[in-house]
Amino acid sequence: MAAESHGPMHQFEIQRLIPLDVAGYDISFTNSAAFMTLAVLATFALFWVATRHRTMVPSRWQSIAELTYEFVGGMVKDNVGHQGMAYFPFIFTLFMFILLGNFLGLLPYAFTFTSHIVVNATLALFIFIAVTVIGFARHGLHYFSLFLPPGTPLPVAFILVPIEIMSYFIRPVSLSLRLFANMLAGHVLLKVLAGFIITLPVWAGVVPFAAVFGVTFLELMVAAIQAYVFALLTCIYLNDAINLH
Amino acid sequence: MPQFDPASFPSQIFWLVVTFVALYVVISKFAIPRIGEILEQRARLIQDDLDRAGALKADTDAAIAAYEKAMADARSQARDVLLAATNELKKVADEKTAAVNAEVNKQIADGEARIAKAKTEALGSIKTIAAETAREAVSKLTGLTLDAAKVDGAVGTALNDAR
Repeated sequence: MAAESHGPMHQFEIQRLIPLDVAGYDISFTNSAAFMTLAVLATFALFWVATRHRTMVPSRWQSIAELTYEFVGGMVKDNVGHQGMAYFPFIFTLFMFILLGNFLGLLPYAFTFTSHIVVNATLALFIFIAVTVIGFARHGLHYFSLFLPPGTPLPVAFILVPIEIMSYFIRPVSLSLRLFANMLAGHVLLKVLAGFIITLPVWAGVVPFAAVFGVTFLELMVAAIQAYVFALLTCIYLNDAINLH
Repeated sequence: MPQFDPASFPSQIFWLVVTFVALYVVISKFAIPRIGEILEQRARLIQDDLDRAGALKADTDAAIAAYEKAMADARSQARDVLLAATNELKKVADEKTAAVNAEVNKQIADGEARIAKAKTEALGSIKTIAAETAREAVSKLTGLTLDAAKVDGAVGTALNDAR
């Protein structure tokens, strides 16, 4: 499928823009890397424009930056508490990175790096390891009590503990797969529907055109929601590590 | 699917780490301090305004309390002054009334004394006139000349009986 140049999967292909090879590893600057860089630059530009004038009554751009700041800050405070504010910069970065990746990917001819499982899995695995390290550093062996919710009767514990352990280790998988599947499905759906517009006669092509129009709005929503979900789940995992239950 | 081509993994992971760290620096060193400062400034400004409003309200309350105290003082002072003035006027009026009363009483007493004197005089005259009249009348009617002393005695007796 990838061989076909305009198939629905073509948009996910990695293209080397600047070939690079270090110590036997291919670390070429690809279209994926370009959009990651673009996300960083766009975030920087947003906050630069937003905080350029620093008015008491915020301008539109300043409002966007302030609202995002307070939205993510509120999310961390509500889900992790005041101790969690130490991780606010990380959660904010994570949220902006995924949000910009999702949004930039919706532009025509753009590349969506969050539709690549390796990117999401790297982020999710890093979060999983970091949360586990934070948990053991704060609570020591007591962190294992996470697998046994307080007040559980002993017979139930035999079933519950394996389930809790499994759900703990499945976290990075579900975290990365959720974002990957959402982005992949959305973009494939858009591409397939767009293909119908061209292959169908004009009078019938109106139907998939309307569908693409609608799905684009849906995808804009999904892009924001998935960035929120990723950051929110990270907060919830952090809360487990910092406050146990 | 291009997603499952492991050949692209090293490059994607490498650039993910690089860009993510760059973004972390942008967020933590640039975005958060600047927006945090703006929000803090705004919060401080609002707090300052609230504090100032609170101080002004306290001033207003103090001014109102002072005004009300001044009003109450003035009112009680006015009452005192009024009371004193009323008492003073009453005293003066009483004195004047007493003086006028004394004068009037004196005049009444004088008058009564004059009347009593006039009455006594008048009564004295009546006896003489009556006696003379009686004598004249008798001499006109009878042609007799009566002894003046006798007539006086008879008239005096008659008058005393009539009184």
